[in-house]
Amino acid sequence: MLSEAEMRRIAGKIFKFSDADETEVEIGVVSDALTRFANNTIHQNVAEQVLNVSVRTVLDGRTARATTNKTDDESLRRVVATSKTLARSQPRNPDLLPMPGPQKYGKVSRYFENTAYATPADRARAVARVAEMAEKNKQTAAGVFSTGVTQSAIANTRGLFASHRQTRAEFSITILEPDSSGWAKANSPDLSSLDPIALARSASEKSAASRKPTAAAPGRWTVILEPSAVLDLVGFLFYDFAGTSVSDQRSCFNKRMGKKILGENITLHDDVFHPLQSGAPYDGEGVPRQKILLVDKGVPKNLVYSRATARKMKAKPTGHGFSLPNDMGEAPMNLVFGGGNSSVDEMVRSTDRGILVTRVWYIRDVDPYEKVLTGMTRDGTFLVQDGKVAGGIRNFRFNQGILEMLSNVEMLGPSVRASGEESFEMVVPPMKVRNFNFSEVTKF
Amino acid sequence: MMRDFANWALETAKLRGASYADARVMDIRLRDLSTKNGHVGTLAESESFGIGVRVIAHGSWGFASTDRLTREGIAACAAQAVGIAKASALAKRHDVEMVQVEAYQDTWQNPYVKDPFRIPIERQLDLLLAADKEMSRVKGVTLTESSMTFRRIEQFFASSIGSAIHQVKMQSGAGIVATTFAGNEIQKRSYPNSFGGQHMLAGYELVESLDLVGHAPRVAEEAVALHSAAQAPAGTKTLILDSSQLGLQIHESIGHPIELDRVLGMEANFAGMSFLTLEKLGKLRYGSDIVNVVADARLEHGSGLGTFGYDDEGVPAQCTPIISDGLFTGYLSNRETAVTIGLKNSGGTMRTESWNRLPIIRMTNISILPGAWRYEDMIADTDDAVLMETNRSWSIDDKRYHFQFSTEIAWEIKGGKKTRMLKNPSYSGITTEFWNSCDAICSREHWTLWGTPNCGKGQPMQTMGTGHGASPARFRNIKLGAAFAKS
Repeated sequence: MLSEAEMRRIAGKIFKFSDADETEVEIGVVSDALTRFANNTIHQNVAEQVLNVSVRTVLDGRTARATTNKTDDESLRRVVATSKTLARSQPRNPDLLPMPGPQKYGKVSRYFENTAYATPADRARAVARVAEMAEKNKQTAAGVFSTGVTQSAIANTRGLFASHRQTRAEFSITILEPDSSGWAKANSPDLSSLDPIALARSASEKSAASRKPTAAAPGRWTVILEPSAVLDLVGFLFYDFAGTSVSDQRSCFNKRMGKKILGENITLHDDVFHPLQSGAPYDGEGVPRQKILLVDKGVPKNLVYSRATARKMKAKPTGHGFSLPNDMGEAPMNLVFGGGNSSVDEMVRSTDRGILVTRVWYIRDVDPYEKVLTGMTRDGTFLVQDGKVAGGIRNFRFNQGILEMLSNVEMLGPSVRASGEESFEMVVPPMKVRNFNFSEVTKF
Repeated sequence: MMRDFANWALETAKLRGASYADARVMDIRLRDLSTKNGHVGTLAESESFGIGVRVIAHGSWGFASTDRLTREGIAACAAQAVGIAKASALAKRHDVEMVQVEAYQDTWQNPYVKDPFRIPIERQLDLLLAADKEMSRVKGVTLTESSMTFRRIEQFFASSIGSAIHQVKMQSGAGIVATTFAGNEIQKRSYPNSFGGQHMLAGYELVESLDLVGHAPRVAEEAVALHSAAQAPAGTKTLILDSSQLGLQIHESIGHPIELDRVLGMEANFAGMSFLTLEKLGKLRYGSDIVNVVADARLEHGSGLGTFGYDDEGVPAQCTPIISDGLFTGYLSNRETAVTIGLKNSGGTMRTESWNRLPIIRMTNISILPGAWRYEDMIADTDDAVLMETNRSWSIDDKRYHFQFSTEIAWEIKGGKKTRMLKNPSYSGITTEFWNSCDAICSREHWTLWGTPNCGKGQPMQTMGTGHGASPARFRNIKLGAAFAKS
């Protein structure tokens, strides 16, 4: 890892090497390690150290970016020259804004020494324990245990400087039996908040409970979606809240802002400062991130904007822009769904006939304006009958409109930091939803 | 210099107690250009240079990577890899075994005519802006996008058995997209394919051959026309796929399930497993008699994204028959999984995205071999069908049985003729039922080696380019329309 002084020194060198009208430097440092296990043994165990220096120059209303992971003077001079060459080679952009000057940022604390200094042996011992548990249960475990540190800084020749460092720990496990499986995953900046054994136990219980799956008929069902399933579905909305997405007329909120298109019980913020969130308190230009109310009681209220998009759409920048130049604009990266008070158990008890879904998989847009998504259930899909989990069922394919789904939410649980595989981590609640469309069933 | 770096890593790994070690030094250069609505969108170059060291120590695997390419930095990286391997041994059930491979000293480079990094950026942007402009001329188009991507990968592989292999891969890709919003519907058309167009191991001549500007008006007009087209039908019908969609169908329903690491459970937590359990090899009727599929990384198959001289554990490129006259005959293997299923040799499919990623089993060029039909004859021979072109959406379960695809556009085939345009087409099915329903495959003249540049697999996630040769083909009794069915 680099100290702030070292990052300032690299930025200073770049500024010295550049004679562009304006120059911006991004520095990214990653030290990551991941232990991967399957068949109750470690089969991959990796570590990486990466340092990237990325330079954006502006010349007469033109901008471009060049990036290197070589930090000797010659390479830094070359990356500046490459950025300038790229910048010069394009038409002038009349919409390009001057770089922002110094900013003030809210504080976030997401660095934990215990996580930064976790060792391969720490991870291996935890894996050995869950593998032992799986073997004792005559089950097979597969998963990952990873820890790491990321560090980033952005500086420009107008005097802006911002830096952020945070740790990351993640444990994910699938427990397999001949005809069933169960899954659990958690992710946090703080390793001590992860409990691999508890996650393994949960996955193990799901696998055992879904043995000998029966085939339920496709159709419209009441579903109880655990937080990971909710995350991977609603996560597909994130770019629809970008000002650029609406401006480009490819957002599902195009012509729907201010209209009540979701249920009264749906409220959504983007909030990098939420205690269960992660990430830096500034965006790709160094603009401070703001907490934004995106949906208020079913009504989409606000979008997020980079500086350029805000000017184009006559709005105020919200601190959600991506690094320039890009054609995506911005996006909310710290979604926080408002939750409720119902536990998953209470949702099950209140359901005469329904489906309990642990996670969903391979989700893709089918209809981008109605926001119909397709995908599969996976690793723990259960029939709920007369208020009880009645047993495992074969996995379904769904084709479900997410706007429709969020109009049909009957119960909400407390919001948690959820992890899935299709969306980045967000704070979402479990949900009970009526009329969820399962279109077909697979063979397992 | 690359050779020195690799050798320093091998020396340290050996001194630290590794029983096997290999090192990949990779120097990767990227150029990305895009336009949107007549303006430059992305304009960026990057370079990444580093080393990845893979070792076996105490019978277990370890891998570490660094971009600190000093003698000390590389030694520390190799020592870290050995330390990680020793930690892996705390949770091992058996020692790693691998099939033998010869030691090779060789160099390899894919052929190309024009180095895309030597083509002036102004010229590349001019071409994209011209295509963008042609699309935006068409009334009703609400979003125009175009892109080019170039990648040069120079790598040096060395292993403790004495291999020393230098390879250079030059990759190019380009494409355009017109999007239309009207009423309550978003439609789009891409050329020559979705996912950023066509991608191959080739130089700038690939981009020039695509004629993006020439195709731009048609692409835009079709995107507009889709709004007034009839909804594609639902029900059980005959389906004809264009070669690009068939390429993705191969990728998802053949390429992934034949990966031995999936079959053996190594991807169970993330990408999933496979219905192709070991007892099915040589016994399963994967497809109809006319279906022949190979995994071919050799240059003679074509200069695809899955083409190379040697894989990333030093095994020469080869052709493995995957489906032979409909029978399932082969998996994608590496040196370790080959032992598990009793093969004498690796299939040579270990590939890594970059120096900081561990090589894993990946598709090479997974291609269906051409059939005998002329395209026009196949259409004329079809009484009632839907012809689907250019992927829009794709999804398949984690054992690769059940899939659903939709495409950007479809055409009704009636009485042997291509008739009206159809919108929102989709089809779904079970993998082996689908491939067994294939009754016509078009000939070599209609066959294209498509590049899929965005295949994600592994943890940490790696994105890899794969190749898929295909010609249009016909399938009987396929379920259509489930994605858009109103229930």
